[in-house]
Amino acid sequence: MRFYATYLAQRLGQFLLVVFIGINLTYLITHLTPIDPVEQSIAAVTSFGNTSPEAIGAMRQSLRELYGLTGAPHEQYLAFWRRIATADFGPSLSAFPTPVSTLIARALPWTIGLLATATLLTWVLGNLLGGLAGYYQNKTSLKVLAIIAMGLHPVPYYIVAFVLLVTFGYLWPLLPIAGGKAMNLGDQLSLEIVLSILKHSILPALSLLLVGLGGWFLGMRSLVSNIVSEDYVVYAELAGVDHRRILTSYVMRNALLPQVTGLALSLGAIFNGAIITEQVFGYPGVGSLLVSGVYAGDYGLVLGVATVSIIGVSTAVLIIDLLYPLLDPRVRTG
Amino acid sequence: MLATLRDLMIYNPEFRIGAILLGLVAGMAALSLASPYAPLDTFVVAPDLPPSFAHPFGTTSRGQDVFWQLTFAIRNTLTFGIVVAVLSRLLSLAIGLLAGYKGGWVDRVLMAINDTFIAIPLFPILVLFYFVLRDAMSWAALAIIMALLGWAYDARLIRALALSLKTREFTYTGVFSGMTTRELLVREHLPYVMPIVFATTMNNMNWSIGLEVTLSVLGFTDINSPTVGSMIYWANQHTALVAGVWWWIAFPVILLVALFIGLFLLAVSMNEHIDPRSRLRRMGAEGGA
Amino acid sequence: MTATPAADREPKRASAGAPREPVLTVEDLKAYYRTRHFGIEREVRAVDGVSFEVRDNEIYGLAGESSSGKSTLLKAVAAAMRPPLQVVGGTVRMRFLAGAKSLHQASSAELAQLRWRRLSYIMQGSMSALNPVRRVRRSFEDFAARHLGGTGAAFEAKVVAHLELVRLDKGVLDAYPHELSGGMRQRVTIALATLCRPDLVIADEPTTALDVVVQKDVLDMIRDVQRQVGSSLLLVTHDLGVHAYLTDRLAIMYGGRLVEEAPTETLFRSPQHPYSKHLIASLPRIGEEAPKVTLTGGPPNLAEPPPGCRFHPRCPLVMERCRRETPALTRLAPHHRVACFAVGGQA
Repeated sequence: MRFYATYLAQRLGQFLLVVFIGINLTYLITHLTPIDPVEQSIAAVTSFGNTSPEAIGAMRQSLRELYGLTGAPHEQYLAFWRRIATADFGPSLSAFPTPVSTLIARALPWTIGLLATATLLTWVLGNLLGGLAGYYQNKTSLKVLAIIAMGLHPVPYYIVAFVLLVTFGYLWPLLPIAGGKAMNLGDQLSLEIVLSILKHSILPALSLLLVGLGGWFLGMRSLVSNIVSEDYVVYAELAGVDHRRILTSYVMRNALLPQVTGLALSLGAIFNGAIITEQVFGYPGVGSLLVSGVYAGDYGLVLGVATVSIIGVSTAVLIIDLLYPLLDPRVRTG
Repeated sequence: MLATLRDLMIYNPEFRIGAILLGLVAGMAALSLASPYAPLDTFVVAPDLPPSFAHPFGTTSRGQDVFWQLTFAIRNTLTFGIVVAVLSRLLSLAIGLLAGYKGGWVDRVLMAINDTFIAIPLFPILVLFYFVLRDAMSWAALAIIMALLGWAYDARLIRALALSLKTREFTYTGVFSGMTTRELLVREHLPYVMPIVFATTMNNMNWSIGLEVTLSVLGFTDINSPTVGSMIYWANQHTALVAGVWWWIAFPVILLVALFIGLFLLAVSMNEHIDPRSRLRRMGAEGGA
Repeated sequence: MTATPAADREPKRASAGAPREPVLTVEDLKAYYRTRHFGIEREVRAVDGVSFEVRDNEIYGLAGESSSGKSTLLKAVAAAMRPPLQVVGGTVRMRFLAGAKSLHQASSAELAQLRWRRLSYIMQGSMSALNPVRRVRRSFEDFAARHLGGTGAAFEAKVVAHLELVRLDKGVLDAYPHELSGGMRQRVTIALATLCRPDLVIADEPTTALDVVVQKDVLDMIRDVQRQVGSSLLLVTHDLGVHAYLTDRLAIMYGGRLVEEAPTETLFRSPQHPYSKHLIASLPRIGEEAPKVTLTGGPPNLAEPPPGCRFHPRCPLVMERCRRETPALTRLAPHHRVACFAVGGQA
């Protein structure tokens, strides 16, 4: 039990460290800017006309704090953290005067829904197929699958998403290639909406799946082909234990442990892929928000999405870390 | 060394295919020296011509020859990948070896930082960099930033290797025969570390070039210096696909995919070369046939 | 050994009364590692023509240094070959396998029926022999439930009763392997291997990984359980002390072949083969002062074994003939076989 407690404390510490270093990184980057960003942004907003002086004042205040320009250095730093801690990134420049936090809150469910579903599906499918390929090394169909995986895995998300877009958007228009749901459906929850959401998520999810699958497949295959020569597997074979039982409860069950750790380690990279995939398919998640924020020169939005991404990804990592002991009794009761 | 490469070429299909693909890409980059057009010039040929004998990959809407433009683009892209890989190798070697050999609190602190950099989603950070730096974001600046952010995963691998080397027999022999730490690391351990460094170099290039392409396509880099990513950016800007100028996008994408698969296969074959267990399986499988 | 005339062979069941065939009969077994890497074919003849049998109720020992092929022999006997290891000749017969065929010709269904019910195994390095993510109870179920029938309380009662034989509390069933000490884990595997009262238990270096204090305890336990269950035991270890302590008959292996086989006591008192003599003489004895004689050279490279007798490059009694011909394992006395031209009837 003490072992478990140490483990939990360690993971929690790592989580706090990631958030701390990550957010400090954003603060540092912000201070690299060679121009006065605040007045430039304000000028951009006022040029659209009809904004109240109070709203401008509030905007100037929040931008100065987010850029860390108010008061002595330590005050600047504290003001920045206070903004982060209260998720107050000020009003958005591109959707003035909607607060950045509202925009992010609107986009987040789309990203989490797409990313969680696609990642879990990819992980499960990749491990299952990879496990079979590692155990039955002479099956031709699995060898072909390995070659396909090797060909797809190294290609970046953007290219795969782009090729899918071209294929199903121009060459063979079968599926919707833009947006999160059909425009004309309104916000009332209905079967029609759910189906539309699912249909719109197929291509983004498919591009995440195609790129991600190969990694889990190849990783699992090589883990399994090493684990089959572990003593406990050889022993179970000598004991005539049923082969399916050996494959599932002995080989795959043990190979799963490093793959769970691997999932936690690669969430950051998967998130990078999701951002660009959203952008390609115009999916209404935080990725599209980030890119449009850059195009619109909306600093609060870019900083907000970066911060939320750091916290979101490290929270997901923490959840996986906390679930890990359920799978590995050596951590649970060591 | 040469004999090993020759044997890998003959008997390891992953290495063979990877080397051929990479050779093609490198050959393409080398051809840039013979280009009849300067890389930044536009409207030097008739625009929007489909592939033909005179212009094997066609021409762009900006009046550039896709083939020759691509030779410059792939050269810059490769150079970028190599620069990032070399710089981040220095970091991951230094940090990985230090953590592995020193152990104790040095190891714990370095690995905590290391795991942090693995967990942080880098893409939003890079976008933030671009947002703040704007025009100051030259490809050199981007290379340095990516090197500073991209060492962590490989440092962990190198640390694990250093840990296993530390307890080997010849380390003790070396220590007892009075070698300095530096001599020991360079003479005894580097030969074990090099293959892993090579494999991680390939993976790191895949990573950095992939991100560079992604950023360029969005226009978040110096889009005026020709890279494969910025070529696709300009093609998108001119809505090349809608306009039917597919060759402007297809050839850069094909070349990129060849590069990525080539690098990946070389890394895979190198990992197999390092890991005797998978080699044994291959031997067994062939012997049984 | 291929040259051994049939008439020379030991009559079946020479020792005890019942006219039953031996539990295990190995004849002229050849198991090679065949690899092809970078186009170069290699053949390591790790087991090259080995014949012996294991009888009812006996503990048969097999000794040899680390590259003598004894572990490979066990894999071949247990039909647990994996590429690149292949059985290229000879037979391994178990008494209960129908049709007097070799284990290597049995169908996988036949093998599954045989394993653990007739033939079980105690592994080298039992530390890692149990699945680290599965409770011990599940291992017992996986390994034995199909033979003992049912899973419920009846099965559990059988297991608990059997655990008492190895002085383990039923609490170990709920433990994970990492929660047990090395000695306890080894006792769990002994209990596992004997639960179905198999006819033959193969033990591969069962005590090598344990510390010295636990070793004797485990050896006693193996013998006690073997007596109670009535299994035969094929015990392989390089440790001659273990053989002296436990085995009834002993065979010495060198370079992939048996060089001598005799009742353990006979072999220790009057070893005949020069290699066995060397092994026995090099055992430490209390009060001894004369320095040990060491052999020159190392064990043979089995990828390119020396022609003739594989021991001849290191043999103090080497003759011209030893370099050309291979000595067969020949009967010296009713229960004593030696493969050497310099001793016994072959000269």
